[in-house]
Amino acid sequence: MAQIVLPKVTIPASSSVTSTAPGNELIGIHNLSLFYGNARALKDISLSIRERLVTAFIGPSGCGKSTLLRCLNRMNDLIDGVRIEGGVHIGGHNINDPDVDVIELRKRVGMVFQKSNPFPKSIYDNVAYGLRLQGMKARSDLDAAVEVSLSAAALWDEVKDRLHGSALGLSGGQQQRLCIARAIAVKPEIILMDEPASALDPIATSRIEDLILELKKNFTIVIVTHNMQQAARVSDHTAFFYMGELVEFGATSKIFTSPGQKRTEDYVTGRFG
Amino acid sequence: MKASLDELSRPSRHFRTVRFDFVSFFFTGLTGLATFLILAILAVILANILFNGLPGLSWRFVSTIPKKDFFDPATTGVLPMIIGTTFRVLVMTLFVIPVGVTTAVYLTEYAPASALVTRIIRAAVNNLAGVPSIVFGLFGLGFFINFLGRNLDALLHNPGPVWGQPALIWASLTLAVMTLPVVIVATEESLKAIPPGLREASLALGATKLETILKIVLPQALPGILTGGILAVSRAAGEVAPILFTGVAYYMASLPHRLNDQFMDLGYHVFVLSTQSPDIEKTRSILFATVVVLLLLTFTLNFVAVLIRSRVRKKLRSLA
Amino acid sequence: MGIHRGHRARPFEWLAEKTIFLVSLSTILVVFLIFLFVAREALPVFLGRMSSALIQPAIPVAEIDRHPAKELCKYLGLTPEQFAKMDRETLKELLQVKIEAQEEIPSEFRSDPDALANTTLWHYLLRPHQWTGYTKPSFIWQPVGQIKKYNLIPLFVGSLKTTLVGLLFSVPLAIGAAIYVSQLARPRVREIVKPAIEMLAGIPSVVVGFFALLVMASVLQSLLRYETRLNAFVAGLALGFAVIPLVFSIAEDALTSVPRSYTQAALALGASRWQTAWQIVLPAALPGVFAATMLGFGRAIGETMIVLMVCSASVLSWSVFDSARSITTTIAAEMAEAVSGDAHYRILFMLGALLFAATFFSNLIADLVIHRLKRRLEGKA
Repeated sequence: MAQIVLPKVTIPASSSVTSTAPGNELIGIHNLSLFYGNARALKDISLSIRERLVTAFIGPSGCGKSTLLRCLNRMNDLIDGVRIEGGVHIGGHNINDPDVDVIELRKRVGMVFQKSNPFPKSIYDNVAYGLRLQGMKARSDLDAAVEVSLSAAALWDEVKDRLHGSALGLSGGQQQRLCIARAIAVKPEIILMDEPASALDPIATSRIEDLILELKKNFTIVIVTHNMQQAARVSDHTAFFYMGELVEFGATSKIFTSPGQKRTEDYVTGRFG
Repeated sequence: MKASLDELSRPSRHFRTVRFDFVSFFFTGLTGLATFLILAILAVILANILFNGLPGLSWRFVSTIPKKDFFDPATTGVLPMIIGTTFRVLVMTLFVIPVGVTTAVYLTEYAPASALVTRIIRAAVNNLAGVPSIVFGLFGLGFFINFLGRNLDALLHNPGPVWGQPALIWASLTLAVMTLPVVIVATEESLKAIPPGLREASLALGATKLETILKIVLPQALPGILTGGILAVSRAAGEVAPILFTGVAYYMASLPHRLNDQFMDLGYHVFVLSTQSPDIEKTRSILFATVVVLLLLTFTLNFVAVLIRSRVRKKLRSLA
Repeated sequence: MGIHRGHRARPFEWLAEKTIFLVSLSTILVVFLIFLFVAREALPVFLGRMSSALIQPAIPVAEIDRHPAKELCKYLGLTPEQFAKMDRETLKELLQVKIEAQEEIPSEFRSDPDALANTTLWHYLLRPHQWTGYTKPSFIWQPVGQIKKYNLIPLFVGSLKTTLVGLLFSVPLAIGAAIYVSQLARPRVREIVKPAIEMLAGIPSVVVGFFALLVMASVLQSLLRYETRLNAFVAGLALGFAVIPLVFSIAEDALTSVPRSYTQAALALGASRWQTAWQIVLPAALPGVFAATMLGFGRAIGETMIVLMVCSASVLSWSVFDSARSITTTIAAEMAEAVSGDAHYRILFMLGALLFAATFFSNLIADLVIHRLKRRLEGKA
């Protein structure tokens, strides 16, 4: 067997789990299994996601990382024939309980998608959409909230002069930051990001990554990524999935420097995936 | 093995430069001829009608309410027919657009794809599209007039038939039933063209399904809905068979102004002029002119629909 | 977290969803109602409960009490509600009217065996019958006059004749054009032909009928020198104009949905464009072409105004250069004269029901065939 080659990644000091104490558990996943018809896409997954930290889901395509992410705001409900066993607890409540209002849940668990998907409306209306859904009508309230959200998404300076121009006129990276602004405008506790930078160029990607590090001061972030370096750069905890199973979960520094499992090591060093 | 492969590849070393393939040439020509013939048919029909009809067309002709004898080229006009046709298709849209759009929304946004009820609805839509227009006429007579209308009269204790007789409303409803598939198919097409990511984004922000449909999906689909509506209108404007027993009148002295009035109609007028004229040569000019008016009406509508559709398709392509 | 509200928290959403579902069921309801109400009006004929005999056994006024109410009701042609409202004197008067009506029948029919015949029975509707004054059994549709003859065969033949001419003319043209446009021609041609075909589809059938009647009929007669100016041939050609756009679009759709990889593979092997179209694409799309023909059949047999305007004589003849009266024409032309509820009216509705059934099945078959073709080409079967 060849000697183990450590990946050349630098772990930002701020995200080292040992230097900042981990937050309290916010999301608890307990023995979660998910079936598409008879096929089991997720097998018996248990893990704990902590408050105001960034948790990354990594693994090869089809390993179930995005599926698990979509369990956290029940977007899988939209797919026919999906069945879930086990529980996902957010703040102590099982979100799969029959009396849970999935609409309320999604207001608290925001999501950013792989492909930026701004509505074909103005920049302003994109950010205000979720707020209006919640009944905010006063122009001054909306104006303030839009500015705060766009600033938090590091987009305000670029778009403040054309707030009422079409969102589709923005560049890919700007569109994705607009989607982040739209998600944080409704003040969720958790933001789910499904490969948010996979369609972007390196510069736009690095801006998104900076943004994630900034946002974690206020939000709990779960990010799915296939980019190993990205996971290493932005996350505090990393979960590695393979074929629908959770192979290893722990502090990012540990996963990338001294993984406990052979499969994790092979993956993070680029032997397969 | 090697030797035989060499043999196989030998003939292809030289390209034959000139080889006249008669069969291909012949059949390409034949199918091309078929295409040309269809275009020629269209051109001949339109040219003939325009050539004969345009001279008879005048402002007086389209703005005159004719007397009882509308076969006289000097005094006749088609204003009541234009108004009758317009009214009947407008009233039709009031019924067919809401029902058609709602059905399309159900089929694309709510219906479980494999469920039996979804398949039955789809089969019903397809079936409806193939029902002969005269059968819709019979349905209108049997259901709307003889069943709904007469029972309504009985319910309201009307002394004579008020609703239980041919009327604008019944003709419009009959046409609405007939054009339902047109609206459903066009709306569905435009709903399917909306990227699913937009719906997901809205739902992930905590919008309900209904809010997502009303605020994101339908505004996006509006041009497609419009196209469906216009296509339905243009199809209905030219149909005569469904209104024969449900509302059209041979002659009316006044314009229709109530829903239970009968009405005159452009298409039916073309039928009357061309089959019941006392002297076909004398009425030739007004006959062709009436046809031109009818064609202008349906073609303008079709043209607008095609224009909207192509603009929407371009816009959607640029989004994707 | 205040997420525990449950779906009952949104009654409006729930209500809207149910409403949308119910509205979409209306399409099923409409198809069902069409069948129900067209068939309902025709039911007495289907069940043989109609009587069109000219001479009927009369019930003398004095015998009013000898017959049960139900029989009287049927004899007088009243609904039970109407019957219940009438007093004894009115009923007697009605019986008298009935007897007087019978007495008014011209004397030459009193000894005519046909006057006793109920011509709405299946036997008279479908088989030839030797009517009084005729030398041999014949198929006759003659719904006016004292003795009404409702033989449907001349109408079936009329519909078939015009439809066949229409399909023989339009299907090869439309499919040839579909092959040309989708496989052989440059893409520019397609951009011209498709809108033109849509335009042809946009011409109302009453305009096509008018064109056939005023222009085509005379031109064709001077060219082919047949006797009857307005005949099934002219009507069939005009029907073809209406069918071409439909057959073309469906066939073109089926041909273009054959994956490009098929054609590219054939072309790479050195086949010409025509060989590829004929040997590879057409066989793969054949079910779609068949379905297009079926839909064209449904469209042609259901078309009303064109045939109505071009020809209308109901004499049975297989020659396409004779006139013909189709099923649709008969309904359109005669419904206005038919008295609501009488035999003629009900037989016209029965024709409508038959037409509905014929198009229903041809559309169903086409639908199934297209569905299976799409699945096969998408590799799902």
